[in-house]
Amino acid sequence: MYKPFDNFDLAYIKSIIDNDRVYEKGSISSDFSHDELATLIKYPDVLIKVKNAEEISAIMKYAYEKSIPVTVRGSGTGLVGGAVALEGGIMINTSLMNQILELDEKNFTVTVEPGVLLMDLAAYVEENDLFYPPDPGEKSATIGGNISTNAGGMRAIKYGVTRDYIRSLKVVLPNGDIETFGSNVVKNSSGYSLKDLIIGSEGTLAIIVEATLKLLPLPSESISLLVPFETMQQALDAVPEILRLKTNPTAVEYMSKETILNSEKFLGKKFPDNKHDAYLLLTFDGNDLNSIENDYSKVANLCLTLGAIDAYFIDTDERKKSVWSTRGAFLEAIKASTDKMDECDVVVPKDKIADYIKYTHQLSKQLGIRIPSFGHAGDGNLHIYVCKDGMDENLWQQKLQQAFDKLYKKAEKMNGLVSGEHGIGYAKKQYLKESLGENQIKIMKQIKNVFDPKNILNPGKICQ
Amino acid sequence: MNIIVCIKQVPGTSNVKVDPVTGVLIRDGVQSKMNPYDLYALETGLQLKEKSNGKVTVISMGPPAALAVLKEAIYMGADEGILISDRKFGGADVLATAYTISQAINTIDDVDLILTGKQTTDGDTGQVGPETAEFLNLPHFGYVTNVEIKNDKLQFISNLETKVMKANITLPCLLCIEGEINTPRLPSYKRKVKFGSCENQIKIMSFEDMKDQNENNYGLKGSATQVEKIFQPKKTTDRLVLQGTKEQMAKDLLNILRERKFI
Repeated sequence: MYKPFDNFDLAYIKSIIDNDRVYEKGSISSDFSHDELATLIKYPDVLIKVKNAEEISAIMKYAYEKSIPVTVRGSGTGLVGGAVALEGGIMINTSLMNQILELDEKNFTVTVEPGVLLMDLAAYVEENDLFYPPDPGEKSATIGGNISTNAGGMRAIKYGVTRDYIRSLKVVLPNGDIETFGSNVVKNSSGYSLKDLIIGSEGTLAIIVEATLKLLPLPSESISLLVPFETMQQALDAVPEILRLKTNPTAVEYMSKETILNSEKFLGKKFPDNKHDAYLLLTFDGNDLNSIENDYSKVANLCLTLGAIDAYFIDTDERKKSVWSTRGAFLEAIKASTDKMDECDVVVPKDKIADYIKYTHQLSKQLGIRIPSFGHAGDGNLHIYVCKDGMDENLWQQKLQQAFDKLYKKAEKMNGLVSGEHGIGYAKKQYLKESLGENQIKIMKQIKNVFDPKNILNPGKICQ
Repeated sequence: MNIIVCIKQVPGTSNVKVDPVTGVLIRDGVQSKMNPYDLYALETGLQLKEKSNGKVTVISMGPPAALAVLKEAIYMGADEGILISDRKFGGADVLATAYTISQAINTIDDVDLILTGKQTTDGDTGQVGPETAEFLNLPHFGYVTNVEIKNDKLQFISNLETKVMKANITLPCLLCIEGEINTPRLPSYKRKVKFGSCENQIKIMSFEDMKDQNENNYGLKGSATQVEKIFQPKKTTDRLVLQGTKEQMAKDLLNILRERKFI
């Protein structure tokens, strides 16, 4: 069905792209054969580091004409194999398209190329007293990747997710045409929102070449509270009660002692407190310190009545760094603690999160397998890791399958969904099918077919 | 063990602007915080207090607003605080500051150990600690990365860049604590609720409380130096791209890191 990529194709690519940005088989770094889901490995036939939309358009025109599969990749920090070239062919790497094109201070937007890193974007807008609220843990991800998975992050509970901050997207369609979906407007009732179809489509419908993002004024104050509890149960039971106070925290993160100790070991740095079994980390932001104090005092008092040991302030850059650097390293630390692992980022309604985490603990005991987790207790999105810990490969595969089956079934029973922010990619296809059912998968396939009738863009992903 | 920790209130951000005409730091609208290096000294003091069943008193010299950092230290676990504050102390350079602090410490009985941070993030001189010890005629050491109680002495480790020294020091003494050697504990909400404005924990010392009543030894009059000009250093961000084979690039990188003394 696809035309195998041959020397003629390579010669053509080299005729339109600077040769030092074209990597053929044998010279492609192994990094480009996988993403952070290290179990799925497949090399593309050619890797092209593109510099602009016109180059992408020219590549797509050729690939479309010849029926060559194309996979787009940013930093490769995905966790579900979404950026792996399953069918080989061409891989387009957007990391050189890393320019911030325009800061529009009248419309409160910034226009960027897709390869801009999240950390660079955040630093840039903050220098200008502006704020891009989505805050996924992986700061070295590209904004293109964030849009493609509709990444959420730690501030979702108050500010929403990536989708809520996309005003417009310039894309290259599979046939090479360049289109802009949406515009720099606040309201939009102008037909189907094609822009919203692209967000979260994991590079299967079109290639994002430019994005205009909505910004907010930078809140001048931000204070976090680290609240230790003697037991996991107490910490989790406190979450819905905290949310009922309507203090509108920016983040409510849950972390266990085990996860903190892992991260300390990994970073070689101590967390400010590690004596207790479970912790909640809450952030409050705004422009009025008194009102923030009022909010966090309400929450701290409530937590103390619900059995918290204390509530510690995180109010300076140094304190924020000491806490958030540990929080930011959780995933890498869990990875380093075991020989192999797989992850699940289910999302359940906010009021079900405590029950769900408790279930993962039960399941861990039942299956005799370590299942550490951490996550956004405030928005119902959890990151759960099933660890191999030196287990025999066959037994591990069997236990992993059992664990995932049960985890996704439990989420479904609670009206949860398969992925909160990591996407479906290749690894979670089966669970998406089971969760959404035939009708919805069929609609998704039809949408894919409208955008990409030759199925050349990132084939084998999401609904395929 | 009766421990004193010297702390200072500094601007809350490293991007403080300097008035180009007067050369004075523009502090309006800039939040303040405890000097980050002092947090490591305070944490060291609190750990020694726990091991020796002792007491930590924090001392700060500054305007009334500096009460905030003393309160913060009490929320972190310090027992008492002293704010040295008087218009007569204004305009003090490192010498007059160290003298004033030594006079205040002189009024406290049975001091075993004085801890300071390595330096402040606003003045950056790193001189007030050692000068205070000299005025008090106490043994002192800097760049301290570890302190252990050894009978009636302290055993400390000092990182002198080219060598690391482990030594014992008799009490009373003063140690300047290096940064990043521990993870300072966080201020406690429970202690904030318990101590509130810390009226019973913090006392204010003014010129009248000092043994030396000669005004010429304090503030601007007691200063040996005067700041002529403060200006912001030029900030530069360079990006260097290495090219070549993996081996060559690794060698080049190693050389650069060595040249710039990162390794």
